[in-house]
Amino acid sequence: MQDEHWDIVIQPKDRLLSVDFKEIWRYRDLFALFVKRNIVVQYKQTILGPLWYIIQPALTVLMYMVVFGGIAGIPTDGVPQPLFYLAGVCMWQYFSDCLNSTANTFAANAGMFGKVYFPRIVTPLSDVTSNLLRFSIQFLLFVAVYVYYVASGQSIAPNAYALLFPLLVLMLAGLALGFGMIISSMTTKYRDLRILFSFIVQLWMYGTPIVYPLSQVAGRKVAGMDLHLLMSLNPVTPVIETFKYGCLDAGTFIGWHWLAYSFLFMVVLLAFGLVVFNKVQKSFMDTV
Amino acid sequence: MPTAIEFDNIGKQYRLGLVSTQTLSHDLNRWWAVNVRHKEDPYLKIGSVNDRSTAADSEYVWALQNISFKVEQGSVVGIIGRNGAGKSTLLKLLSKVTGPTVGTIRARGRIGSLLEVGTGFHPEMTGRENVYMNGAILGMTKPEIARKLDEIVDFSGCEWYIDTPVKRYSSGMKVRLGFAVAAHLDPEILVVDEVLAVGDAEFQKKAIGKMQDVSKGEGRTVLFVSHNMTSVKALCQRAVILKNGLLVDDGDVDTIVTHYLRGDNDVDNHKVWETPAIGKDGFHLLEIGIRRKGADYTDVMRMDQEIELLMRYRLDRPMEKFWITLHMKNEQGNKIFSFSGGNRCYDKRHDAGEYEQICYIPANFLNWGNFAIDFMAFEQVNNIKVIANESDLISFTVSNRQVPIGGYMGREPGDVRTCFEFKERKLQ
Repeated sequence: MQDEHWDIVIQPKDRLLSVDFKEIWRYRDLFALFVKRNIVVQYKQTILGPLWYIIQPALTVLMYMVVFGGIAGIPTDGVPQPLFYLAGVCMWQYFSDCLNSTANTFAANAGMFGKVYFPRIVTPLSDVTSNLLRFSIQFLLFVAVYVYYVASGQSIAPNAYALLFPLLVLMLAGLALGFGMIISSMTTKYRDLRILFSFIVQLWMYGTPIVYPLSQVAGRKVAGMDLHLLMSLNPVTPVIETFKYGCLDAGTFIGWHWLAYSFLFMVVLLAFGLVVFNKVQKSFMDTV
Repeated sequence: MPTAIEFDNIGKQYRLGLVSTQTLSHDLNRWWAVNVRHKEDPYLKIGSVNDRSTAADSEYVWALQNISFKVEQGSVVGIIGRNGAGKSTLLKLLSKVTGPTVGTIRARGRIGSLLEVGTGFHPEMTGRENVYMNGAILGMTKPEIARKLDEIVDFSGCEWYIDTPVKRYSSGMKVRLGFAVAAHLDPEILVVDEVLAVGDAEFQKKAIGKMQDVSKGEGRTVLFVSHNMTSVKALCQRAVILKNGLLVDDGDVDTIVTHYLRGDNDVDNHKVWETPAIGKDGFHLLEIGIRRKGADYTDVMRMDQEIELLMRYRLDRPMEKFWITLHMKNEQGNKIFSFSGGNRCYDKRHDAGEYEQICYIPANFLNWGNFAIDFMAFEQVNNIKVIANESDLISFTVSNRQVPIGGYMGREPGDVRTCFEFKERKLQ
């Protein structure tokens, strides 16, 4: 008699929540190699190399200073404009980088996915991780500007909330990964969504307090709804606001309840994204 | 022997055509039926068999249907069939690249799949980095690769270039490096798709030898898709034939390869006419056929066996000078040579009646491959008169002789492959 034990069972449909974490763990070396590849490949055959990571936010900040600080005259909670914008740009850049790369997972890797199986989730995970390099370089720029202002006598200092920094970065990564997985799963078949998505990310930035402080929207109403509340519902807002408050000690803390909301949002999003991603990865080769 | 892989009523449906608003409406329809009304997917009931000779009568086509078979542990099974028969789809399902539409595959042990060599190679990274990358993609761990690195590099023959970016490699080197990694995978089940078709003769030898070691020595289960019947015969004990997405034949490799070569190549090596069809002016061809000497028309002809070409015809009137000429053509339709019984029966007067002529083609003369024959008959009274002229009257396949493991499995160039005698003597 044969025993009925099978190591692998391939079926049309899995149970909804059958994410094989053990399998993902087995591929941790692949994850590390993907991260390394993403980083190494970005530098190759460029003269300025990682310097580009600094030039880009520097120019962006300069532009914001002219348009939002100069022309529109939006106040920055008493923080020097370059520092204020840089804080927002660094964080947002990381979020949107992660979102863009994870949202493209299936389309960008179709060639490889079509030939060999490994847990597809390894790819977006490694994207999010390798983007940390770029983020840390830009964060160093932020620190440098920070030190410059402190040295030149500005009264800015971080407060205790700055200790939340690692958690905040993690939340950005989690939110981007969650959204990215959902978007990449949906765009395999209907590419309309990809076009829609690329400009939604652009608009999203303006719905997040990057170029203005959240304190500026307090009390304002749009179509009878409280704008402050609406903006806080954006899960990225509490993360950015807490970061700015902690590092620059300007404005007021948005509140633990909003941070908790954001965190919960991330958890639910990740769980949902994982389920959708897992479902799509089985058959996406037929539709991509 | 316990079962290593079990295919249980596997089917894979594809949608033809482009993604459009109709796709969306089908998706919504399907969602409504399955999730709201809890019924079966309405689009699974339709769908035509994957036959390319006729236009599909439905938007959905079954690339595979009702595939059920078991593979025993340690056996090497060849999957053969024409292009589009579903071979690669089957391997894709097994390697989890895409999921089946219906049915279940069960397997014991790790599956390593080789649908392509060098998957994930990045041109900017060095050979060494890519070995790690490729190995990890195929499911190896870092220590595993590190342990085998020397062996892999040695096998690939790229030692000198291992720290050079892969973009500087020749395509052959890339392939060799890719195969070297794959060859050192240690899964219990290995799925291989035509990768042996790459590389030069020497590398093919090495690759086939390695495959043989894997299956014979180490007791792994191998599923092997190939168009090269010689390598299928050399490697596999068992083979299955897929045709239009259905499993049509399953058995020991020699029988199956014979069936495949006979049945699947549109070979037409024997024709008989009850009523006169070929020929005019009192000449009628009644039968023509080509076969291994003394064998049946359905048997395989091998290049190292003598072949006989038989013709039976009727003359309604006596002819003074009459002869038959044939043109041998290769697969591309080029004429290789002409041969004729003319020199033997040219002068002989033919009475009316039925005749038979047999032409013997020696062993070790035709290379393996597909051939066709043009048939012509002539009568000379004053001028030469054509009394029959038929292009591509019959066609046939000559198969390769048995090649030992390690021997060259490809096709030597040319349509004729003789065994001339070579004599060597030592001079100094």
